Amino acid sequence: MKLTGAQAFIKCLEEHGVEVIFGYPGGALIDVYDELMKNDKVHHVLTRHEQAAVHAADAYGRVKGEVGVALVTSGPGATNAVTGIASAYMDSIPLVVFTGQVPTKLIGNDAFQEVDIVGITRPITKHNYLVKDADELVAIIREAFHLAKTGRPGPVLVDLPKDVLATRITYPEVKPITMRTYKPTYEPHPGQIEKACRAMLKAKKPVIYAGGGVILSNSNEELTELARRLDCPVTMTLMGLGGFPGTDPLSMGMLGMHGTYYANMAVANCDLLIAVGARFDDRVTGRVDAFAPHAEIIHIDVDPSSISKNVRVDIPIVADCKHALGAVNAWFARSKDFNAKECAEKHRSWHEQIREWKNKHPLGYVEETDIIKPQFVIQKLHELTGGDAIITTEVGQHQMWTAQFYHFNKPRQWATSGGLGVMGYGFPAAIGAQMAAPDKVVIDIAGDGSIQMNIQELATCRQEKLPVKVAILNNGYLGMVRQWQELFYNKQYSSTVMEVAPDFVKVAEAYGAVGLRATKPSEVEPVIREALKINNTVFMDFVIAREEGVYPMVPAGKATTEMLLV
Amino acid sequence: MKHTISVLLQNKPGVLSRVTGLFSGRGFNIESLSVAQTLEPDVSCLTLVTSGEDTIIEQITKQLHKLIDVIKVTDMCEHDNVEREMALIRVKAEAHTRAEVLRIIDIFRGKVIDVGPKSYVVEVTGKASKLQAVIDILRPIGIQEIVRSGTIAMTRAQKS
Repeated sequence: MKLTGAQAFIKCLEEHGVEVIFGYPGGALIDVYDELMKNDKVHHVLTRHEQAAVHAADAYGRVKGEVGVALVTSGPGATNAVTGIASAYMDSIPLVVFTGQVPTKLIGNDAFQEVDIVGITRPITKHNYLVKDADELVAIIREAFHLAKTGRPGPVLVDLPKDVLATRITYPEVKPITMRTYKPTYEPHPGQIEKACRAMLKAKKPVIYAGGGVILSNSNEELTELARRLDCPVTMTLMGLGGFPGTDPLSMGMLGMHGTYYANMAVANCDLLIAVGARFDDRVTGRVDAFAPHAEIIHIDVDPSSISKNVRVDIPIVADCKHALGAVNAWFARSKDFNAKECAEKHRSWHEQIREWKNKHPLGYVEETDIIKPQFVIQKLHELTGGDAIITTEVGQHQMWTAQFYHFNKPRQWATSGGLGVMGYGFPAAIGAQMAAPDKVVIDIAGDGSIQMNIQELATCRQEKLPVKVAILNNGYLGMVRQWQELFYNKQYSSTVMEVAPDFVKVAEAYGAVGLRATKPSEVEPVIREALKINNTVFMDFVIAREEGVYPMVPAGKATTEMLLV
Repeated sequence: MKHTISVLLQNKPGVLSRVTGLFSGRGFNIESLSVAQTLEPDVSCLTLVTSGEDTIIEQITKQLHKLIDVIKVTDMCEHDNVEREMALIRVKAEAHTRAEVLRIIDIFRGKVIDVGPKSYVVEVTGKASKLQAVIDILRPIGIQEIVRSGTIAMTRAQKS
């Protein structure tokens, strides 16, 4: 039986187990939307902006551990999706984005709502396709899913001309995918594993530096096993939070620009740095030559181009983190040279040193009785959700406070735009997260600036009846930029004062959601408690200390030991 | 240091722009580039000359490998290889210089491929250094136009 391209498209989504997609229709995609309406297996979430559709699909994928899917129309639909695609690319999130396109005959003609989206997204996708022949449609979609989720994951874009969606084709049989040019390395080289394990055996002051790769490869258990066996302190990147339990005594929290004092000191003084699924980003390393200067460095990553890109590495291991950590754990399990007691004894003074740093400069803030401190709100959110909520954020101060004070214990309960740093990510991401985990508490922790970048998604929440909670840390500033202006630009608050702001309670109410406000510390807990009880979308407007800063802070370009402290 | 890198690619639309986009986006430099079909019609060979420290070259080869349409990347500097470029040179050839031009071209094993009333077009192939030498010697006689190809390269047969 022959199917139209649009029917084959939907059948192919079903073939890949896709239950939810996020999108926005348009002229080029009417054929697909017509079929979607007849289909009851693939649920389409209509966002109110294409950027939001892609962020929602991104977070859906993160929370579920699957490939997120977004569908947007040609021209402006496609260009609006660009920020979402770039964010997923920077964070290596598995995602397939389908864009409508003008009919093949009109391509290159400057037709209405035509844009060369394959050209535009070339540097921000893992790969992309323009389907020129309807007979290739299904094979290309299969490749797109395969590429998105294997190796180092990432977004893949498939551009669908309108005539391709209308052409009748024979749906091809499912075949295993073979790509001549794409064979990611999953298994580590045994010789490198041996070298790495010997280095771990010898180290007196080791540190594990875990990144988003741990989450993406589902290797949190293997990582935890290794850290506990070696009695090795762990620090995580923004993307790696939840890869190791944040409340574990071995956890030093986040490292880098707004990392903890003790994590940064430990990295600066360690004799062995075990990097797992991390990419030595500038926000992590600070001044590169002062990063882990005394350490031998082991780097496990599935992407060879991540290794020795920014920092020279002594023992590279190109492999999937799960396979590599599994091999390391197996090595220790059978090694006669390893003795857990001796190992703990050897690291004792190192742990004492870290404890000393921790006591000297713990993560903290100055509490006040009459004004709400943002960190206090995060602590209360952590406490009242039992640390079990799925948290998304926008980008800025609130994001860093969340990373510092919501001690994530599990993977996939945290979605933030780490690499690209997208204001406006968190609210649509919360929609995606709630769709992926309907029974979980999902909270977008936002700033008053960034929530306004995708505030229209209140309508999506209401339409899907999602009980997403949004905690707005409202200081009337673009706080992170203001903090830099305070510290490095003589307090010239150029364009960071939000002189006009909406009443967030009323905005929520206008959409049929609920708005709550707290202006005093004593109101924080009751507001959160009430919000958690309400089976509706809730905006919590926390009016916070206006000029609170995020500390510790490593000024850009400085060594990570040169921290500004509270 | 200069490196000649040979890249086998799927012969598909847009592949060249993936390669050049990678270079411009990451701030790598391309000194010359040449691309054409190989024995297999669906595979192209792209040869490019770039320069940079070893760490940069390492990143270039790794990033090229990462492109889905790239089949194989070879840094020719790691192999014994032959390299060639071609230049077409329009040189002034008037009554009193014609013989001189022919002699020079002959020495460099070049060919005259077009003859005009006041000029020749000559074709010279060789390593970049040889082409530069021809150009330097012809310059005083009067070069009107030069078109040069990118470098192409091939590994030498293994000596058993």
